[in-house]
Amino acid sequence: MSMDRREFIKIAGISALLGITGKGAFELLRPGDLDAFEGQEGGAGLRKEDLPKIRWGMTIDVKKCDGQVVQKVRGVCDYLHNIPHFNNKKDEVKWIWGDTYEHAFADGANEYIDDAIKELPFLLLCNHCDHPPCVRVCPTRATFKRPDGIVAMDYHRCIGCRFCMAACPFGSRSFNWRDPREGLKGRKLNPEFPTRMRGVVEKCNFCVERIDKGQIPACAEAAPEVMTFGNLADPNSNIRQVLRVRTSLRRKIELGTEPFVFYLV
Amino acid sequence: MLEKALVGSQRYWGWIIFLLAVIGVGFACWIYQLNYGLGITGMSRDISWGVYIAQFTYFVGVAAGAVMLVIPKYLHHYQKYANIVIFGEFLAIAAVVMCLLFIIVDIGQPQRMLNVLFYPTPNSILFWDMIVLNGYLAINIIVGWNSLLAERKHVPPPAWIKPFIYLSIPWAISIHTVTAFLYAGLPGRHLWLTAIMAPRFLASAFAAGPSLLILLLLLVKKLTRFEPGEEAIQSVAKTVCYAQIANMFFLALEFFTAFYSNIPGHMSGLKYLFFGLDGYHELVPWMWTSITFGLFGILLLLIPPLRRNHTFLVVACASIFFSTWVDKGVGLVIGGFIPNPLEQVTEYHPTFPEIAIATAIWAIGALILTILYKVVVSVRQENA
Repeated sequence: MSMDRREFIKIAGISALLGITGKGAFELLRPGDLDAFEGQEGGAGLRKEDLPKIRWGMTIDVKKCDGQVVQKVRGVCDYLHNIPHFNNKKDEVKWIWGDTYEHAFADGANEYIDDAIKELPFLLLCNHCDHPPCVRVCPTRATFKRPDGIVAMDYHRCIGCRFCMAACPFGSRSFNWRDPREGLKGRKLNPEFPTRMRGVVEKCNFCVERIDKGQIPACAEAAPEVMTFGNLADPNSNIRQVLRVRTSLRRKIELGTEPFVFYLV
Repeated sequence: MLEKALVGSQRYWGWIIFLLAVIGVGFACWIYQLNYGLGITGMSRDISWGVYIAQFTYFVGVAAGAVMLVIPKYLHHYQKYANIVIFGEFLAIAAVVMCLLFIIVDIGQPQRMLNVLFYPTPNSILFWDMIVLNGYLAINIIVGWNSLLAERKHVPPPAWIKPFIYLSIPWAISIHTVTAFLYAGLPGRHLWLTAIMAPRFLASAFAAGPSLLILLLLLVKKLTRFEPGEEAIQSVAKTVCYAQIANMFFLALEFFTAFYSNIPGHMSGLKYLFFGLDGYHELVPWMWTSITFGLFGILLLLIPPLRRNHTFLVVACASIFFSTWVDKGVGLVIGGFIPNPLEQVTEYHPTFPEIAIATAIWAIGALILTILYKVVVSVRQENA
């Protein structure tokens, strides 16, 4: 799969360069669409059986979230992924964090919403969008969307141009302005997850390292009453059942990035 | 021909040594940056591009501005530009080199830069920007150098460079269009998400590049016996004037769309830059100075007796150069990041090493320009 993909990108790049086919332009204007046709003879059209069988997503129950939950979730994530802490905001690295309703729904905040909700912390993280602008702008495919919908990072390929940070409409990406290991000093490290080097972008990866072992993201495991993680492509999944009965909001839906984190209100 | 840059007056060498010293300081800061990381800059999670990318953007415009001489000279055979078109092409070379250097110093892992070539990604505008910038550099080196060689030998330029000259015209447009697309295609960055970003970039480029060129030509005229020709200078000055009028008009259009539509996201970036937002207004004086200087420059250039007076001409060109620099080299990039996607304001203050590195790149541009212009002037003096 990954070989085919790489091969395909090379061909698309070269053909676009030479202007011999419209493939490159297609990829430029409708990124992701071609991915769907990948590995399919002739690209005759998307058949139902070719639709992804797994599409990971998450719900966050706003009403059950409080400062304690935010702290617990962030602590687990910070430990598992060796996320550095610095004392200044400038060098800050964060994968999941709590923020206010007004900030979380910056464009669509409703001032008459229930005060109880207005006062709650909103857990913010990468939305693992269906049309991720970060993936679209990355010049090296250091950030890429997996077939299961997870937007992942290859820290070894990232050149640190930070185009993805400019492109992300949710402010979900961090950059290692300085050596992240400096921000880990005196803390217990997780030997199973690599620390990063300075000069690369990092972000929430939906705990892809756990998912590939059949586990769920650490935050969802730490706060099961608040977060539900599951396969949105499966109509019988737990997350689909939750979304069937609860009203949910997604951030900045008007931008068309199709976020896959749903806030239950 | 380059050996002509090795012979010069004391003043010439003094200037070269000064530039090398500035470059040295910046280089030391860059080594520091390579060791510590981009944390030595004032950039942050919220303002993830700063001085470097802003200067890069501005100098792409300066480079593209050369086409304002190439078009009249080669498409319309406007012979008054015959003497000066090479100065435009060499300015483009210096400016593009600066752009490439600004990108290099901005990248967190510069040693991995070739990844852009190893994994060509056509859906990234940065990939195309690399192609158009390097291509434009090559075209200008080929055209400029070969026409100068021909001039020295008193022969017409070789016929094979014609296609390169014609290619340089759409190519100049492409460098600034693609650079505008770096910004204009990003959802959620309202200040940048505008269809007239590319036209705005081109208008400001055609004002900035030629206004700098006038300043340089008048300087060369003063320092050497080279005579650019009054009519040529006046024609370039008119180009600057019209381009700057278009540039200011386009800015007004941005205001109309944002404020008449009354959409908060579209207004907030402009509000921050021109009026202040949530109590933050550091750039407000800068932006109004930019507008004032821009309009003032237009006024001086519109009135023929003032335009013909070289003192006023210099003031007008310097005003417009400064005005466009603030607009694109300061406001555009920072305004796109403020407010951030969560509608919070984090301000940005470039640090000393950051400014020193940027200044060194300016100095490298000045050094390249000095050497190239020195060669041109020496060839001309030899031929005279």
